[in-house]
Amino acid sequence: MTETTTKPAFGVTERGYYGDFGGAYIPEMLYPNVEELRQNYLKIMAEPDFQIEFQALLRDFVGRPTPLFFAKRLSEKYGCKIYLKREDLCHTGAHKVNNTVGQILIAKRLKKQRIVAETGAGQHGVATATVCALMGMECIIYMGELDIERQAPNVARMQMLGAEVRPAKSGSKTLKDATNEAMRHWINNPVDTHYIIGSVVGPHPYPDMVARFQAVISEEIKKQLVEKEGRPNPDYVLACVGGGSNAAGAFYHFLDEPSVRLIAVEAAGRGIDSGHSAATTALGKPGILHGSRTILMQTNDGQVVEPYSISAGLDYPGIGPIHAHLFKSGRAEFYAATDQEALEASLELSRTEGIIPALETAHALAYLKNLNAKPHEIVVINLSGRGDKDLNTYMKHL
Amino acid sequence: MNRITEVFQNGKANLLNVYFTAGYPNLNDTATVLQALQDEGADLVEIGMPYSDPVADGETIQQSNQQALENGMTVAVLFEQLQNVRDRVTLPILLMGYLNPVVQFGVENFCKKCQEVGVDGLILPDMPMDVYLDDYKTIFEKYGLLNIFLITPQTSDARVRQIDGVSQGFIYMVSSASVTGAQSGVSAGMEAYFARINAMGLHNPRLIGFGIKDRDTFQTACQHAKGAIIGSQFIRVLQENAHDLQPGIGAFLRSVK
Repeated sequence: MTETTTKPAFGVTERGYYGDFGGAYIPEMLYPNVEELRQNYLKIMAEPDFQIEFQALLRDFVGRPTPLFFAKRLSEKYGCKIYLKREDLCHTGAHKVNNTVGQILIAKRLKKQRIVAETGAGQHGVATATVCALMGMECIIYMGELDIERQAPNVARMQMLGAEVRPAKSGSKTLKDATNEAMRHWINNPVDTHYIIGSVVGPHPYPDMVARFQAVISEEIKKQLVEKEGRPNPDYVLACVGGGSNAAGAFYHFLDEPSVRLIAVEAAGRGIDSGHSAATTALGKPGILHGSRTILMQTNDGQVVEPYSISAGLDYPGIGPIHAHLFKSGRAEFYAATDQEALEASLELSRTEGIIPALETAHALAYLKNLNAKPHEIVVINLSGRGDKDLNTYMKHL
Repeated sequence: MNRITEVFQNGKANLLNVYFTAGYPNLNDTATVLQALQDEGADLVEIGMPYSDPVADGETIQQSNQQALENGMTVAVLFEQLQNVRDRVTLPILLMGYLNPVVQFGVENFCKKCQEVGVDGLILPDMPMDVYLDDYKTIFEKYGLLNIFLITPQTSDARVRQIDGVSQGFIYMVSSASVTGAQSGVSAGMEAYFARINAMGLHNPRLIGFGIKDRDTFQTACQHAKGAIIGSQFIRVLQENAHDLQPGIGAFLRSVK
């Protein structure tokens, strides 16, 4: 058994609180499902046969461990040692599959027959459709109508894998609305369906469960840095945050290492004060969204504000309760990058290192120019996904 | 005595509880609809506080929430609209909605305003029981508000007993595993569920909601509980009679009771 999935982190309580944030704010219709999961997820994750199957799939199906790549030319440009954690090399092209592999094994052990999921950029949808195909389970993916348009390649991939993609037509027709529809679907199908949430959001135990499945990212970084630099801890870890699953995984094993600066980058959209932004910590305040108490963008009357980002995966008005706690406690630093900065950072990585990153990931890369790290300092950027799905957008702005 | 408690103690059978969204179809229709429901024979009313992300609601109520928000409805506006409503309306009034707007208004301030305008109870489906018991129960009680809990066919006997133990007024019995307005009719599976709950000898009376839309479904529900709740179907009635609410509401209520 690895320490990854069994080490509790972020100081989560039994009721799923990280400081003031978290919990399970769900209607009674969801209670039996969520409670069944809460009572079983840690037990299942600790079972030896689960661990054997999970580790084998991570290795042979996902392709882990993913490399930690020293980005030489980027390092020269920014005057520090920059490493890229290559989650873009995971099967399906992003870190999302670490979580879907874990959750589908839990769903099987809970004897569920059908999977429902939400998706923004489509990466989580593809990762879910992939594991459903692998396990022979029915798969329904809710995706905002706007996102279906701007992430067409991923819609095609989901369909190729046998998933049914259903458009979410309410609200801003993006990730928030897809999540609402997936929750409604779960309410309507409570007995045989498991909901695979793709980020560290939702009611407890989802944020904790997803963070544990993504924690493999920082577990590997530590081992790989010992090999490459003779020390397990970098000086900085950078990751983008929409809901925050890749950041939770990249930060997980560094939380108790105060020397490691944790940097989360949100999507500023057209600018934080432009009225077209998804920079939750800058614009939001505490409230309740999708089953947990967290920080969210809302009106004075408590209505959720429609977010905006060029990146479908960051186009979300909240953040996971884990991140709300890291923000409030000051353990992580939160910044925001605009659409334009992300596009520039993406082009820069493509032409400097030969890697086309996802638009989401590009937000983390965009912070490099503000980092001012010293020459001997080690910076790890979680390269959460690859950019094939974003080529249409990139071509428009090239 | 709280008006909800009173209506159940009166011994009247076949209680009709009607849900409508505040500020729908037009912003200032709230008091008109309320008055019409009293005049036309409803026994209780639930006023929905619209929310941007109503995950437990189906399309009909979602759209009415959206429309009401576009009309300018807020919690503060609702309290203004209800300011003098107790001069005329004697029905038990419940406010129903999602927790976030209540939390942003300030829970204590919200409850205080409820008492001022004469609200009798609250239904906040996404408020967890433990949060209610630890943080809000004493505040609700201080302002004379009953908190209504939901049960569903999937709720275990043990949890039904727990909910019965902390409930006052009535228990909102969701007829089937669904969001509001998703389906209609009463199936054999539902009848078994109603019978199971009736056999438990609970302290609190029940009202059955979700899927109740006409005389047939209302009558069936009333055979298994003190009464029933109509929501989505009533929203459709409001939509269809937006320009002349009172007669439309009257005709619908007479077709049900």
